[in-house]
Amino acid sequence: MSNKDIAVSLRGITKSFGRITANKAVDLDIRKGEILSLLGENGSGKTSLMNMLAGIYFPDAGQIFINGKEVVIHSPKDAFALGIGMVHQHFKLIDVFNAVENIVLGLEGGLNLKAAEKKIMEICDKYGFEINLQKKIYDMSVSEKQTVEIVKVLYRGADILILDEPTAVLTPQETEKLFNVMRNMKEDGKSIVIITHKLNEVESISDRVAILRAGEFIGELETRESNAQIMTDMMVGHTVTLNIKRPEPVNPRPRISIENLTVIDEDGIKKLEDVSFTANTGEILGIAGISGCGQKELLRAIAGLENVENGNISYIHEDGRKEELIGKTPREISELGVKLSFVPEDRLGMGLVGNMNLADNMMLRSYRDGSSKFFTDKKAPRELAEKVVDQLQVATPGVDTPVRRLSGGNVQKVLVGREIASRPKVLLTAYAVRGLDIHSSYQIYDLINQQKERGAAVIFVGEDLDVLLELCDRILVLSGGKVAGIVDGKTADKYTLGAMMTQKGEA
Amino acid sequence: MSFHLVKRTEIKKVKAWAIRFAAILLALLLCGIVTMICTGDNPVSIFATIFKGAFGTQRKTWITLQYLAILQIIALALTPAFRMRFWNIGGEGQLLMGGLSAAACMITLEGKLPNALVILLMVVTSLLAGAIWGVIPALFKAKWNTNETLATLMMNYIATQLVAYFTIVWEVPKGSGKIGIINQNSNTGWLPNVGNKYLLSIIVALIITVFMYIYLQYSKHGYEIAVVGESVETARYVGINVEKVIIRTMLLSGALCGLAGLLLVGGINHTITTTISDGQGFTGVMVSWLAKFNPIEMIFTSLLIIFMNRGAGEISTAFELNQSFADILTGIILFSIIGCEFFIRYKISFNKNAGKENN
Repeated sequence: MSNKDIAVSLRGITKSFGRITANKAVDLDIRKGEILSLLGENGSGKTSLMNMLAGIYFPDAGQIFINGKEVVIHSPKDAFALGIGMVHQHFKLIDVFNAVENIVLGLEGGLNLKAAEKKIMEICDKYGFEINLQKKIYDMSVSEKQTVEIVKVLYRGADILILDEPTAVLTPQETEKLFNVMRNMKEDGKSIVIITHKLNEVESISDRVAILRAGEFIGELETRESNAQIMTDMMVGHTVTLNIKRPEPVNPRPRISIENLTVIDEDGIKKLEDVSFTANTGEILGIAGISGCGQKELLRAIAGLENVENGNISYIHEDGRKEELIGKTPREISELGVKLSFVPEDRLGMGLVGNMNLADNMMLRSYRDGSSKFFTDKKAPRELAEKVVDQLQVATPGVDTPVRRLSGGNVQKVLVGREIASRPKVLLTAYAVRGLDIHSSYQIYDLINQQKERGAAVIFVGEDLDVLLELCDRILVLSGGKVAGIVDGKTADKYTLGAMMTQKGEA
Repeated sequence: MSFHLVKRTEIKKVKAWAIRFAAILLALLLCGIVTMICTGDNPVSIFATIFKGAFGTQRKTWITLQYLAILQIIALALTPAFRMRFWNIGGEGQLLMGGLSAAACMITLEGKLPNALVILLMVVTSLLAGAIWGVIPALFKAKWNTNETLATLMMNYIATQLVAYFTIVWEVPKGSGKIGIINQNSNTGWLPNVGNKYLLSIIVALIITVFMYIYLQYSKHGYEIAVVGESVETARYVGINVEKVIIRTMLLSGALCGLAGLLLVGGINHTITTTISDGQGFTGVMVSWLAKFNPIEMIFTSLLIIFMNRGAGEISTAFELNQSFADILTGIILFSIIGCEFFIRYKISFNKNAGKENN
């Protein structure tokens, strides 16, 4: 490989945050006209490495060469000048502006929206983006927002694109569209780095794979010479079994029965409309849907956190007694002896308190217990924290570390560990593996399966359809707040689910 | 040569205090320079004067400690609210209402009830008045999610005007526009001396410091306050009644501010004016913040502020400068102390290889 074909080369890049080393002497080449997958577990330093290329962070040591010339990238502006553009996991768009305004935002020189629009249209036609330039961001779907972000980067003349987990929020159909666009950009000679956890996507889109582990560069492979097992083993450092169990439900009985549930939010928008279903003991009920289709409201309603407009949510005791949950606060629900655990989507904003340590976070569920009315019992939560760390292999310096310092996978283990510690009868989980690497994800699937085998009724809101199809016994598809259908997890396929997710009304 | 600001992920307590100490030294140096420019005196004598102002005589030391105690109580009063991310900047108002109730008891009940009963009533009413002044913004916040910063601030103005109104009602002699020393002869409602006349506030401050530390660190209420402060969503998720916690915490915060008012009126000044708090309701905000809401560290931050304040005051008298000069010095000191927090949060790192870009 001659040097002419290399667009970016990183040499000995090191970056630390306090005592944590995010990247340690990383050498990495990005070739012209290739799609490179950057793989690694959570906290392995993929995003921080790319952020240094994009000018967000500044390396402590090391050199960056663009087209063979050494450069110093102080800011995102420097990065743009060198033709490097990054699309972050969290979009950085102004909601009240339309697509064109967002794309030209921050550029120097006169503001000529007409000319800009023309240039944007050319870019869209060239690569096959579908976009309504006059649409405001707040009216856009996640996929449309992402398109705006990518076009924004291209408009600034980027030849090297970095996409940080772009498919995490997309449906299979949208992902396919994105991949087509990426292939067109590659044809045009652009270099693309994609950060993703989904190995099947790595296999379908990328030419080469580079793997990081614990901040260090482990190796690179041609994608066609690789497979999921090899990549996972390199990421984790030892061999991992990659299959999700689906034990047959044992003696399923109805546990949660929902009838005609309707939820209207503060703005008067119907978030859920006439939703009815039953969740059984010893069974995992998957909930699929495009994000924002009422999944969040559904779980919140069951947990007693949502104002319900209409409908019933009944909890069915072992002896057949029914308990109406609507109108009760989470505390009242738990005082009724309804053992309900909830792993919410927003881990650090809702499930845990980021600034508190592991022990104090365990206390969230149990602080009312203890012999004293005035004082908290700190001992029991501390023991629970130690047990969770031990049993779920949470990587943490200790139980006195604030949870926000832990990596995503470990945060989730703490949360799930606490929620299953009470041996729940109903377990609600929202996007339980979002942002988690393969290894942590499989650990979470195992934990959920254990709860199922214990006889809990599990409601699993997920976004990765492959996982939903492998893990869940039944899958309920939500579309625009309505039930589009309930399918059998063993027989359904991804494209049927995708089609149900995007349709309106009953199947 | 270029440099970057790097956010520190953590910093040792010792190092943080070393930085603060350096900031004080810098502040003293700046004060010395400014005073030297203005007066021509040598800096050493200026520093000696600052220290003398705070700890020069036994009496001055006691007064410094008493001031420290009052500021500490106010800062402690505000702390539970701040931990809950409820920005109670109404300490002034809550303090004034506490002081006003105490004064009202002293003036209206003189000779009508036994002294002990008057004092008991003063304690109860001043705590209650402070609590009411604190809980009104809390109710609005809990019911309608109004902005507590504005509400508590506005309650200050109402309290000041109420005190101004009653100053005229109770003025002695008529037309003087002030109340003067209340019950100078009977001493009704004067809080008892413990050892000497300064110790009462100091003991009360110590007790509240210990209480607040335990309350915030080890009690169920303290835990609820911390959770609500960190995330209301999390609090609701685990079934904490957020509204109840907000109201309960502001009752406590307001009551303790009221107590500071009681000590000022009944124990120290034996009168009430609209400026009796001397802005300490606001200074307390800073003291609490600088100590990161830790009641024990707050003793040091209060001391810092009081020491500098008293020292600056002494300079302006000793060198025959007016009060504005003391204010200039206090300004310099506060600027350094608050400014140094930046260096506690960030460190400056220089790039060794930045020069290479020109090659």
